Amino acid sequence: MSHVIHLGFLGTFGDAFDFILHQQKARIGDNLVGGPDKSLSLVGEHLKVTFLSLGVAAAVALPVGIILGHVRRGETFAIALGNAGRAVPELALIAFVAAYIGVGLANVTFAFAILGIPPILTNTYVGMSQVDRNAVQAARGMGMTNLQSIFRVELPLAVPTIMAGVRTAGVNIIATVALASLAGLSTLGDYIINRNVYGDQGVVAGAILIALLALALDFGLAGLQWALTPRGLKLARAGASA
Amino acid sequence: MTALIAQLAPVLGQVEIHNRTGPNAPCQAQNKAFCFDWAVDNFDRYTTPLLNHVLIVLVCVAIGFAAAFGMALISHGRRWLIPTFTGTTGVLYTIPSLAFIFLLLPITGLGTTTAIIVLSVYTLQIIYRNIVAGLANVPPESKDAGRGMGMTDRQLLWRVELPLALPEIIAGLRIATVSTVAIASLMVFANVNTLGEPLYQQISFKTNVVIAGGLMILMAIAFDALLLLAQRLLAPWRRPSMEALA
Amino acid sequence: MRSDSRKRAAFALIAALVLALGVAACGGDDDDNDTGTSGDNSANLIKENADNNGIQLTVGSKNFTEEYILGNIYAQALQAAGYDVKTNLNLGSEVIAYKAIQDGEISGYPEYTSTLLQSIFSKDTVPADAQEAYQQAQAELEPKGETAFSPTPFADANALGMLKTKADELGATTISDLQGKSQDLNLYGSPECRERADCLVGLEDTYGLQFKSFNPVDIGLRYTVLDKGQADASIVFTSDAQLGANPDKYVLLEDDKGIFPSGNVIWVTDQSTVDEAGPDYQGTIEKVQEGLTLPVMQELNARVDIDKEDPADVATQYLKETGYIQ
Repeated sequence: MSHVIHLGFLGTFGDAFDFILHQQKARIGDNLVGGPDKSLSLVGEHLKVTFLSLGVAAAVALPVGIILGHVRRGETFAIALGNAGRAVPELALIAFVAAYIGVGLANVTFAFAILGIPPILTNTYVGMSQVDRNAVQAARGMGMTNLQSIFRVELPLAVPTIMAGVRTAGVNIIATVALASLAGLSTLGDYIINRNVYGDQGVVAGAILIALLALALDFGLAGLQWALTPRGLKLARAGASA
Repeated sequence: MTALIAQLAPVLGQVEIHNRTGPNAPCQAQNKAFCFDWAVDNFDRYTTPLLNHVLIVLVCVAIGFAAAFGMALISHGRRWLIPTFTGTTGVLYTIPSLAFIFLLLPITGLGTTTAIIVLSVYTLQIIYRNIVAGLANVPPESKDAGRGMGMTDRQLLWRVELPLALPEIIAGLRIATVSTVAIASLMVFANVNTLGEPLYQQISFKTNVVIAGGLMILMAIAFDALLLLAQRLLAPWRRPSMEALA
Repeated sequence: MRSDSRKRAAFALIAALVLALGVAACGGDDDDNDTGTSGDNSANLIKENADNNGIQLTVGSKNFTEEYILGNIYAQALQAAGYDVKTNLNLGSEVIAYKAIQDGEISGYPEYTSTLLQSIFSKDTVPADAQEAYQQAQAELEPKGETAFSPTPFADANALGMLKTKADELGATTISDLQGKSQDLNLYGSPECRERADCLVGLEDTYGLQFKSFNPVDIGLRYTVLDKGQADASIVFTSDAQLGANPDKYVLLEDDKGIFPSGNVIWVTDQSTVDEAGPDYQGTIEKVQEGLTLPVMQELNARVDIDKEDPADVATQYLKETGYIQ
């Protein structure tokens, strides 16, 4: 019998995968829960909120970070914001928005965007301000305007650092979107928060799906980072780590 | 008739109905933005969660540091291990802590053990990455000088490399501690009584959100300031932007 | 007939008494909790029985306001009777609480007959009559070596709540009145409501209602969303504090098709504890809950949910105001 006990936890994991793949009766009542359709729709909803929030965060943080980094002003602000952002507890943020502002997609997206702004802004600032000064001077020498210098020289060189910030923001946001179930949205957090209805297997299924989603997002953004990094930078890095 | 009265007797006018509507209702009944009086009267509700929160942060950062340090020592002489260690801890770090709690559900259930595992793994990744980076940034000249003085590899590590990597290590500790203070609030989902518990219990009560959230943020600032002090004392030459990147 | 008119006179007298005391209570000072100091209350006093010293009982409860209050009331009452009481008052949902009895972690906890029958014993329907539901619960518990004590006077059930203004606007007094109108209404409920037969599923299947949207929110926000106008209808509970505090603001639509089973609270425990603890175990619990009528429960809930007092303090206030403890 000992092998049953050791593998006992595998049982719940197995149940969780079964929950994702097959619809089954809820713990209470005859309702059918779980299954691929329902799970996929929750995944879709989860991703939608994530990308919406990440988009808003990037739209706000990138321009500010780029400008500040380009003129190399506001270092204290950018760094302090990054540190402060780490200190904000997600649960408190959602509670604050729900209590003071309201629930629903708009409010929640606003809250999550706040979570995503600090890492993106800080990393964008650092990336831009630490671009090799020689490259910037060369650009000036060639007669480029500020804007041209930013888009053709500085940004491409800052991509690795900036994308690292976007990745951090993305992973933070996708984790917090699970809590959106408390504030009027239906995401994968539903499975986790409602152990009563979905049972242990539903809870673990939700956890598995969120974990996979986070890893996929990180992987995807890493791929984006690779695609956006200029070839010269990639070669230089390969040379340096050899 | 007396029987009827006797039956009604336990209820007659005994539990007083308070006045809660209208402008004379107490501040918290109207859920105003912040009720100072209520906060002062009821602060004792937050002391146990506060202490638990501080405790669990200290314990988990300590465990994470110890584990990260051990791993760094192992991978120091064996460069090929670093990508493996970084990769594994990186994957665990990317998994959202809420999901991690429930992934552990079938193995360790809910409770302090699960919470400690989740938080320690988080700090592990951050600190390990910083120790490795710190050691990698040690100037080759210093190592040459050490070797020139006849140091063994072990002496080199402990007398030259680690001291020079100390600022970066403390920077990692700073980031890890601040993050852990925030994540420890989620441990309410693992049935652990940190500040997340009073927050979650009355999630729509404004004063409560301000107190619980505020205490967490103050704690993070306090820890950050203490470690920053330590960092400045040990490495006054460090530029702030070097430690900013997550 | 003469006896009839005497009964009517008696009722009138009692009604007048209740009214008079009610007016006195409502107009009274907030700080004045010291009512009813007459000799009536001494009969209620729980007396400490030295036989109970050294017998340990662990009182459990689920994790929401009403349960916290009940748990504290029972715990403090048993303490007054001389038992050695420990509490474990944040167990979680009914599954966890019930399991805690079976694992021996707690002696017992207050459960709703409807929840016990539907959620734990998977019954499809729950009897509307409190005593019948209690008998059924007992029948299910006994083979497992467990038992339950008598039900409380008050019952709690899910309900569909609306702002009175909205209900008047729709001309709705029952849930069936919403047929044909629900497609324009936004419904808010707890996240698990979506899949429960005693919630959204029942509204959709039994009443045939299709809502414009269903939005899950934490149950702590169930009245906030109505107040803010985001919710046209919200799933609430019949013993909620806000209903007693604002009788003219909110209205509960009548559940004419009976999808929301009503549940009185019964103390669920295991038989071995009952055998060991002596007669005061059941006696104290059944005695102290006699005062828990619906208005009283709403008032106690209000003290925690609206006045933000500590459930343990509120439990003590209840026990003192009714005279169960000094």
